[in-house]
Amino acid sequence: MKQATLTYKLMMAATGLFLCFFLVIHLLGNLQLLLPESEAREQFNWYSHLLSGNILIKIISYILYLSLIGHAVYALIITRKNIAANGSKYVYDKRSQVSAWNSRNMGILGTIILIFLIIHFKDYWYVYKFGHLPLDAKGNKDLYSIVITSFQQGWYIIIYELSFIALGFHLLHGFFSASRTLGLYHPKYSGAVRVFGWVYSLAITLGFMLIPIYIYFNLNAL
Amino acid sequence: MMDAKIPVGDLADKWNNYKDSSKLINPANRKKLDIIVVGTGLAGSSCAATLAEQGYNVKSFCFQDSARRAHSVAAQGGVNAAKNYKNDGDSVYRMFYDTIKGGDFRSREANVYRLAECSLALIDQAVAQGVPFAREYGGYLNNRSFGGVQVSRTFYARGQTGQQLMIGAYQALMRQVSAGKVKTYTRHEMLELVLVDGKARGIIARNLETGEIERHAANAVVLATGGYGKVYYLSTLAMGCNSSAIWRAHKKGAFLSGVSWIQFHPTCLPQIGETQSKLTLMSESLRNDGRIWVPKKSGDERVPNEIPEEERDYYLERRYPTFGNLSPRDISSRAAKERIDAGCGVGPMKNAVCLDFSKAIKEQGRDKIEEKYGNLFRMYDKINGVDAYKEPMLISPAAHFTMGGLWVDYDLMTTIPGLFALGEANFSDHGANRLGANSLLQSCVDGYFIAPYTIPNYLSGELKAEKVTTDHPSFAEAEDSVREQLSRFLNLKGHLSADHFHKTLGRLLYNKCGLSRTRESLQEAIVEIRALKKSFDHELKITGDEGVNSELEKAGRVSDFLELGELMCHDALQREESCGAHFREEYQTSDGEAVRNDKDFCYVSAWEWKGEGAEPELHKEPLVFETVQLTVRSYK
Amino acid sequence: MKLYLKVWRQEHKESKGNMVNYEVDGISAHMSFLEMLDLLNERLIGKGERVIEFDHDCREGICGACGMMINGRAHGPLTGTTTCQLHMRGFKDGETVYIEPFRATAFPVLRDLKIDRSAFDHIIQSGGYISASTGQAPESNSIPIAHEVTEAAFDAAACIGCGACVATCKNSSAALFTSAKISHLVLLPQGKLESADRVIKMVGQMDAEGFGHCSNTEACEVECPQEISVLHIGRMNYEYNKALLLKK
Repeated sequence: MKQATLTYKLMMAATGLFLCFFLVIHLLGNLQLLLPESEAREQFNWYSHLLSGNILIKIISYILYLSLIGHAVYALIITRKNIAANGSKYVYDKRSQVSAWNSRNMGILGTIILIFLIIHFKDYWYVYKFGHLPLDAKGNKDLYSIVITSFQQGWYIIIYELSFIALGFHLLHGFFSASRTLGLYHPKYSGAVRVFGWVYSLAITLGFMLIPIYIYFNLNAL
Repeated sequence: MMDAKIPVGDLADKWNNYKDSSKLINPANRKKLDIIVVGTGLAGSSCAATLAEQGYNVKSFCFQDSARRAHSVAAQGGVNAAKNYKNDGDSVYRMFYDTIKGGDFRSREANVYRLAECSLALIDQAVAQGVPFAREYGGYLNNRSFGGVQVSRTFYARGQTGQQLMIGAYQALMRQVSAGKVKTYTRHEMLELVLVDGKARGIIARNLETGEIERHAANAVVLATGGYGKVYYLSTLAMGCNSSAIWRAHKKGAFLSGVSWIQFHPTCLPQIGETQSKLTLMSESLRNDGRIWVPKKSGDERVPNEIPEEERDYYLERRYPTFGNLSPRDISSRAAKERIDAGCGVGPMKNAVCLDFSKAIKEQGRDKIEEKYGNLFRMYDKINGVDAYKEPMLISPAAHFTMGGLWVDYDLMTTIPGLFALGEANFSDHGANRLGANSLLQSCVDGYFIAPYTIPNYLSGELKAEKVTTDHPSFAEAEDSVREQLSRFLNLKGHLSADHFHKTLGRLLYNKCGLSRTRESLQEAIVEIRALKKSFDHELKITGDEGVNSELEKAGRVSDFLELGELMCHDALQREESCGAHFREEYQTSDGEAVRNDKDFCYVSAWEWKGEGAEPELHKEPLVFETVQLTVRSYK
Repeated sequence: MKLYLKVWRQEHKESKGNMVNYEVDGISAHMSFLEMLDLLNERLIGKGERVIEFDHDCREGICGACGMMINGRAHGPLTGTTTCQLHMRGFKDGETVYIEPFRATAFPVLRDLKIDRSAFDHIIQSGGYISASTGQAPESNSIPIAHEVTEAAFDAAACIGCGACVATCKNSSAALFTSAKISHLVLLPQGKLESADRVIKMVGQMDAEGFGHCSNTEACEVECPQEISVLHIGRMNYEYNKALLLKK
């Protein structure tokens, strides 16, 4: 039988949840930037090195790339199906009154995040993987300096923060939506997951957002 | 003299005797036989699905856009069955007796007994289909009591029993559609019955989506098209409910019985404006705690809450101290009309009575009342914008259920061979008044358990009959008459809408052939309806084209209602007694109670159409009571 | 009260429709929304114009026939209410009211506000039933079913099939309709036997009819006249995933 849209949705949920998991790992790494400067440099560079050397991590990183691409591609396919399902447009449309705006605009939020990711990959991932970076005292590539330098620019921080606001709203709907797609229907646990989703989204978003601001105001003197 | 072909044997054995001796059809032969079922309510869907399960080819027709929307969905209360789960003395016999007494001894013993007998299997069947009947905490089925009986035998699914049974039957039908045994024709309206050699062999239907006129042939035709209470325009029925299928069958030779026996439901929302289209039913359960009253003095202009206690007339408690506010439907409705006619009605049109919960709220607390009837109070507020916790509800009787319908024999076959009538469309089981929660039962039992035995019994004789196709001249003739009528409607140069005539007819019938009738009112009505029909034939205006056209649909239905309305008056005029829902003012006791006349009127009237403008001819089926004693219904 | 209506008029399936303006005066607050349209139609007949076609039947909120977008909302501004139960007291004198059909590729417009919802029938045909032929049923009390299970099944079974969930969904998804049926049947012991086959077929049919997917905006629950819970969609997904995993 032809693959049902619901299986596409399952892929969206699975890849999305994996990305959610990755965000935690990423945030844990980034939080090291909040350590006192000298410690932070070594710690952060060591962590970055760890994440690029290990075979297990390598496998996970490929899953990550696939997840990112899969999440975006499936979103595209589903969106096209939805447009086809909608038929002609309402002349006067107030349906927005009955649902949350972020739940209706996951595509737009996702696109903002995707654009951010491209910038993000170019600035850090590409530079780290393929660029020539100076080494720190321990002999690890000094990604720390790159990060700190980029967060000295106000406009960069603004793009960064806006993107994370988009991510925050994306997560807020996405996390619970994924749980529904995976089949969570019990009212009690469904409610609990929704609360957890809120806490998670808030923690991830604020965590990421805090770091550049901290760096901008505390390390500007460097 | 009509012969109902009641099987031999003791009352309790008749149905089994019938089943044991009825003719069967070999499974291999069943697929050679086609059956048309018109209507997809409980009777139609269940009959179509069951026949398809047996192997017949079924074509199912409905005017709605889906089989699931038939008006069976609107039944709220429940469905009766003599399961005796409450261990309170119920039995098949007792249920039979309650039903026949409730019908004021104007129904057939054998049919009613079979109804009670088959009620057991119906509950089993519905549960197996997934109908979520109310259950007790131990997981077993729950029952409640209903008007007119002393046991608890009503199975229910909140206030939506009809809808839930309907969904069960609809799903059974859909299952047969996917099995390829049923083909559904939704948005199709039957406009003519086709007879070949005196037997029902097909129908002419109009596709309401395209306007095409279609011919459909079959070996038998089943009409399960519901009741015609919509003849009053204002009623508890759906807007599309109509009499066209049975009326057109009547004009082809099927007799109609008990045509004027129409139940008025006492707890409906009153008319409050000229543009109103519907009288919404409020569950009868409200009468358990609500007290019904009107002001003592007529023409009282005060709002109900300003009328002091001593100036209120709790007329049901006054007239029927034993049953009080819980008196049966026909009695409660009539008592309300009596007070309204005396000028004591309340509301903007002075056409309602108060249903007051103030005493119940004072005694039990608002919470308790809210728990029991919260959804009904919300619905009342939604429709009227009035908080019924603070002021009395205004209610009035509204046309609800038609006990009358096509005359059928024990096989549910009409006077036309091969034409069967099921559910509310036939007259059979309720006599002159239907008990609450018996209508769902009858339609289901007819469709699931009776017709699937009796139709094959008829069809066994048709196996060798010549195959009739839609090329037969009878089809062409029937199609022509349908086309002729439709084009006449479209070409009329009048100025009045079909609704205008429908409303006029409804008002006329309500006043002259409604809750109570007199010889004069009926005679006047016949004259007036004829005049209205004449006016309809000239002054009707139908806009639009032959495609989707709801006005064109209405025109045909109203045209039939006008003719049926006249027959209702003939039927009521001829029956010079008061029984059940039929109350002739000439036949009442000094304190206003109905007087039945068993000596002269213990029969079922069966009317034959004698042509346009001619008087209908009355045939009689004497009612023979071998088991029960005829008694006077008293609720005092 | 006087209203300015903008009503979608469309001749037939293939033709292009457009909004047409009507002024309707003499509306009383007690009228239902559909009675207001009756009034307009009565006047259109007087003028010799074709009436506005719309579906309606029981006019008490249970048959599911009526349904239109009123001021951009499915069944109008109230929640938990069908179009036929909407009354005019909720509108202001002089207000402009937009009336359109429910729109979705799977619900083609037949004429004006009348739409074809047979896609819903097809979904039920694909497996929305318990295969119990007449005569097979055991004694009804032989399978006890817990009170709360019956009540939960009822909550799902209360769907009237009006299509408001599809109309209000940004993706025109029939997930609430389909899941309500799946939930109703799978909750009951009688319906469990066929659950895997049923969910695969019904979800497949939902796609085949051209409905979109569910992105859990939950607008459907808000607009559903029977207030059917979106948690049923979770249950449908659960049943679907389970069926996929265990499929042989």
